[in-house]
Amino acid sequence: MEVRMTGITKSFGSNSVLRGVDFDIRPGEVHALMGENGAGKSTLMNILTGLHKADDGRVFINGEERIFSNPKEAEEHGLSFIHQEMNTWSDMTVLENLFIGKEIKNSLGWIKTKEMKALAKETFNELGIHLDLNRDVGTLSVGQQQMIEIAKSLMTNAEVIIMDEPTAALTEREIDVLFKIIAKLKSRNVSIIYISHRMEEIFKISDRITVMRDGVSVDTKNTSETHNDEIVRMMVGRDLEDYYPKKDAKIGEVVFEAKQLGQEKVFKDISFQVKSGEIVGFSGLMGAGRTEVMRSIFGIDALDEGELYLEGEKIQIKAPSDAIRQGIGFLTEDRKVEGLILDYSIRDNISLPSIDGFKKHFLIDTKAEEDFTGMLVKRLNIKSMSQEDPTSSLSGGNQQKVVLAKWVGIGSKVLILDEPTRGVDVGAKREIYQLMNELAERGVAIIMVSSDLPEILGVSDRVIVIHEGKLAGELPKAEATEEKIMTLATGGY
Amino acid sequence: MKNEVENIQIGKKKFEYKELVTKLGPLLALIVLVIFVTFLNPSFISATNLLNLLRQVSTNALIAFGMTFVIITGGIDLSVGSTLALSSALTAGMIVSGLDPVLAMIVGVGIGFVLGAVNGLLITKGKMAPFIATLATMTIFRGLTLVLTDGKPITGIGDSFIFKFMGRGYLFGIPFPVVLTLVCFAVLFMLLHKMTFGRKTFAIGGNEKAAYIAGIKSDRIKVMIYAISGMMASISGIIITSRLNSAQPTAGTSYEMDAIASVVLGGTSLSGGRGRIVGTLIGALIIGTLNNGLNLLGVSSFYQQVVKGIVIIIAVLIDRKK
Repeated sequence: MEVRMTGITKSFGSNSVLRGVDFDIRPGEVHALMGENGAGKSTLMNILTGLHKADDGRVFINGEERIFSNPKEAEEHGLSFIHQEMNTWSDMTVLENLFIGKEIKNSLGWIKTKEMKALAKETFNELGIHLDLNRDVGTLSVGQQQMIEIAKSLMTNAEVIIMDEPTAALTEREIDVLFKIIAKLKSRNVSIIYISHRMEEIFKISDRITVMRDGVSVDTKNTSETHNDEIVRMMVGRDLEDYYPKKDAKIGEVVFEAKQLGQEKVFKDISFQVKSGEIVGFSGLMGAGRTEVMRSIFGIDALDEGELYLEGEKIQIKAPSDAIRQGIGFLTEDRKVEGLILDYSIRDNISLPSIDGFKKHFLIDTKAEEDFTGMLVKRLNIKSMSQEDPTSSLSGGNQQKVVLAKWVGIGSKVLILDEPTRGVDVGAKREIYQLMNELAERGVAIIMVSSDLPEILGVSDRVIVIHEGKLAGELPKAEATEEKIMTLATGGY
Repeated sequence: MKNEVENIQIGKKKFEYKELVTKLGPLLALIVLVIFVTFLNPSFISATNLLNLLRQVSTNALIAFGMTFVIITGGIDLSVGSTLALSSALTAGMIVSGLDPVLAMIVGVGIGFVLGAVNGLLITKGKMAPFIATLATMTIFRGLTLVLTDGKPITGIGDSFIFKFMGRGYLFGIPFPVVLTLVCFAVLFMLLHKMTFGRKTFAIGGNEKAAYIAGIKSDRIKVMIYAISGMMASISGIIITSRLNSAQPTAGTSYEMDAIASVVLGGTSLSGGRGRIVGTLIGALIIGTLNNGLNLLGVSSFYQQVVKGIVIIIAVLIDRKK
């Protein structure tokens, strides 16, 4: 199938995400789509598959203009999208998942299991997948679930399959299997749009690369005619040294120490220290347990074992309120679910962890609260009309700054940031890095969990790698490279 | 920095149509209703009838104020009617057995508080859905009331001045229950809109996870809120007991419905996170005007229920439009 998108424009509220993007797909090619978080890749793909409606621009399928009004319609016409968060039903079997909503039925509505099994087996064989059709999907690994999704799209006769960061949670071996499947799909003349941050993979499997930045497509290159550095430059728009601001905070005494932290079946023997003025990056694959460690330090989930020390003193944390009282702040991975009350104003959100500090004769001193918020809004450069604007009206970057302002506001000594720049545009990203540096200069000890390797390398003074719930290794800035981190993260030595 | 703060606040005065509908909608509905009923039967607007109406409204309004807190957190309290009956029976029982009436009333309110706290504990520590927990305690409290009273009213409460005054007294010509309701309204208004307790209540309703992570002890706040709801029910119970000069085992039956309806009519969202106690007061007045007005117009009590239900549906539909 040949797809051509021209001049695609899209904004969400005042946030313009796509500004006249051109993109095309040829039959049987692997087309890598690259760009930083927030560059507009997912939005572009969501427009192609009918989840969002473009404000402007045209889409041609095999030369004919065509706009899909929903993902189901796109699927019927041979375009399928395998999202990062997969659409599987964990309590249903592999077979049920493969045919969900598309069961083969006789005229009375009875489901014809035998025929479904035969078709599923045929597809699996073709792709070289070996999976028990009767197993519950919840018992399968992420990689195996992904294979189900691929098989599913193939069974709907997909001619274009979009894969969003398909290898983010896979092991080396699973990645190899995936690549073999992609090769087979190619030979059947299926096109793949491959969204990924991993340079190495892109060069291994793609035919062409399109780089997006700030809502425009920078350029499309034949993979054989370009190289790593050129792509990075296109993605970042400047050299990497400028992208991550220089940090010159003085690293001082140990502020926070975790000793032998453990949570049954999730992580074990996690010990580390963070010094004042230091940014420690936590790297690892998705599901390695990084987030879980941080959540239990902050008291959201319980620790089964281990001790926490703040400035040399042992501390007990049973709930987030204890952590906050000790001066620990935590920016969670998902700001919309856990970081913000989206319907509430910037002020209500920023002052929430500090609200008890505004009590004056039993009442809230609203003047003090406004001044406090005003100061933080200015310091973090949060762009809005008013403190009263609901946070749902802000762009991703500004929302993230509101969450940060909450924790700056309590005067955090230790700041835990879980994926601080996820879904944030490039400009705001840099501002967040700058703010982290500025806080470090004031002696805050910062822990940053990130799945973005360039970010880990660009921002951290020290990198700690977690693999399957255990410390896999620690690398000082000077020694850390993408290869070394990936080796540790996947269990290699 | 002063300038900066002021600059940021310019946007605040922006005229918001939606907000205006939320704020003035219920009041407008009340005014229209009053005009309508007066037009059909001018005796509605007489001072005697209005004072009577306000007194009728007060018992529901008190419960609805507590319910407002509960609903803002995204919860519900179905047990208020039974809490009212149980605390009333215990209060009356204590007075009959010779306890000082003032002390008995204070203990009675305390009992309401504790019964509410039990709801709160079931919901937070027991991790039960508020609907289920309070549905269960609704029947438990009612059952206990029937056991305690043997299904018969408790009479012979005596003629303590203070006790009679609660339901039957007048202060500067205004029925005391109305005065008490206004005092409770003022206190709860401050608690909800001017104090950190209220801010935390809203935060829990807006996004409980985010509120917890921001250090709010959501369990403690929720237990307090259900306790307040129980306490308000027991205050309402004292007024009713005083008026009837007896504690009825069936008192307060289905009062939760009028209270919930008042809260919803006042613009508080059942999904939590949004609401105003002023709205609840207006909502209770709308319900009261409907009851009183339909009586005056001679509409049968069967039809009254139909009309009340329809009004609620219309109010929610208008609310949805926003």
